[in-house]
Amino acid sequence: MTSADYLPILILILIAAPFAGIAILLPSVLGPKNPNRMKQEAIESGMIPFADARRRFPVQYYMVAVLFIIFDIEVIFLFPWAVSLNQLKIFGLIEMGVFLGILLIGYLYVWKKGAFEWE
Amino acid sequence: MSIVLLSILKSLALIILLLTGFAYLTYYERKLLARFHVRRGPNRAGPFGLLQPIADAVKAIFKEEIVPGHVDKLIYIVAPALSLIPALVIFAVIPIAPDLRLGGFTLQFHVADINVGLLYLAAIASVATYGIILGGWSSNNNYALLGSLRTAAQMISYELPFGLLLAAIILTTNIGREAGTLSLIEILNQPRPWWLWLWLWLAFPMFFITMLAESNRSPFDLPETENELIAGFQVEYGGIKFALFFMAEYISMITGSAIMATLFFGGWRGPFADPGTWYGPIVGFGWFFLKVVALLFVYIWVRASVPRIRYDQLLQFCWKVLTPLSIGYLVLTALIVVFVG
Amino acid sequence: MPLLFAALALIALVGAAGVLLSRNPVYSALSLLLNFVAFAVMYVMLSAQFLGVVQIIVYAGAIVVLFLFVVMLIGGNLPALGRGRRAYVRAAGVILAALFLLALLFGLARPLPNGLAAVGAPDGGSVQALGLALYVDHIVPFELASILLLTAMLGGIVLARRYQAPPKD
Repeated sequence: MTSADYLPILILILIAAPFAGIAILLPSVLGPKNPNRMKQEAIESGMIPFADARRRFPVQYYMVAVLFIIFDIEVIFLFPWAVSLNQLKIFGLIEMGVFLGILLIGYLYVWKKGAFEWE
Repeated sequence: MSIVLLSILKSLALIILLLTGFAYLTYYERKLLARFHVRRGPNRAGPFGLLQPIADAVKAIFKEEIVPGHVDKLIYIVAPALSLIPALVIFAVIPIAPDLRLGGFTLQFHVADINVGLLYLAAIASVATYGIILGGWSSNNNYALLGSLRTAAQMISYELPFGLLLAAIILTTNIGREAGTLSLIEILNQPRPWWLWLWLWLAFPMFFITMLAESNRSPFDLPETENELIAGFQVEYGGIKFALFFMAEYISMITGSAIMATLFFGGWRGPFADPGTWYGPIVGFGWFFLKVVALLFVYIWVRASVPRIRYDQLLQFCWKVLTPLSIGYLVLTALIVVFVG
Repeated sequence: MPLLFAALALIALVGAAGVLLSRNPVYSALSLLLNFVAFAVMYVMLSAQFLGVVQIIVYAGAIVVLFLFVVMLIGGNLPALGRGRRAYVRAAGVILAALFLLALLFGLARPLPNGLAAVGAPDGGSVQALGLALYVDHIVPFELASILLLTAMLGGIVLARRYQAPPKD
């Protein structure tokens, strides 16, 4: 039963989380409290903030995220393959070659379309 | 039940170790940067300024708690914790010393040995992004939001070469074994031929660059570029909440060094680090510690010497240079494994 | 173990409810994250460790990040998000949900094996066993997956191009 190997990780998370929580809550007990309006303003290097920050951002960030998901899944496929390459041998090389080759076409296309250019 | 107790003790020990490591890494960095700048660095608190980290910690705890009026309160408060927890938890699968055998009892110096160890590293690294994205978003500040978007794009982009290089390292574990492995402990216990070490070291510069980018260290510290984003995602944070972001960055530096020490430089292995002896764990931990400190020196050295690169160059470098290079390295490694190994 | 499972199931349900009930899209995305993580732990409990870790890497580490990106791209607080939904969208939602429920009931009607180990998978979720199954027995679906990924890549580019300012010369 290898699932039991994971118990220590769960325990570590359960210990690390309260630690972070206590650290965050500590100053509200120990620290001074004298709020004023200036302290609560957004920091804009001394300028008075004139716009809410919830505004639109360039579509390029979206493109990076989409491409990342696709290549990330490709990388995931590599892991079980990498572990069992000794059994798969040359056959494994060929099938991964085909897989990567198809994605390479996409990669080159995306490059040509300028998805990696950043203004 | 004893496993639970042992895990609790190990977890506490690990957290204390990492926090102490963090505190003295800040001291180490300030001293080193001072040397690079021909200054003295912190030298007032205690002998050689050694108490400086403790003074800083006490100061952070006694700071006033300020939650600005325009933020999303819940996420604003939770985000620093979301940043710190993955940094602490990722260390669980890294062995820091050889086993200690006392009578019939074996004490292992890692929190968990799981069958997907290397993937665990990738998984925790991939959720480490949230603290920064959410910290920047909840701050409702233009600089913070821009900083957090940049960081997120940077961190996810550099996860690709990171994953590809991990896959290549896993491929090399096929050599001299029946099958490959994902466990860091097994990787460390497996003897490697000399040419394999050379081949692995070829990947080390690429791996080091991805680690720099993943922990947002200079020259990849675009999330906090003080000259254009006045500190980026953490601009609205102060006191202990800022300290937690800071802690997460430094602990991820330590973890990154530990991962590289284990994968590329044999971890705790070294002369006299013999498993099964009483002195083995002490010497082994000594080697591990030295390797980590040496790698941290490189982190700081890079910060002192290399100028920050522009954001478009940062992403283009990842997608146009580092990713193809990693794929090429992976393919060559696969060929070596099948035809040579 | 049953206690841990119950706790995880509860967390997953709370997350799922949060996705639907949150007014703020960022909170929806975070509830989804909670749901994904609960499922990842469940996979590990069912001795599908590889699947659990992949669930974290792909769903928690990539897909929810994409959602957050999109939310930020269209501007955080959208008052108009609830309004202007057309009738056919609602109808499609109801039909799809009904179909999904039906599929779920069909699945549950059969007796369920408990975990990978129980169905006699070699070494549970061992990555090597998975590799051999995927790259020897199921090679065609694997190669088709690359076509699927290629299609997704092209789709992403086409969609993103539409919203991009034309290049200035």
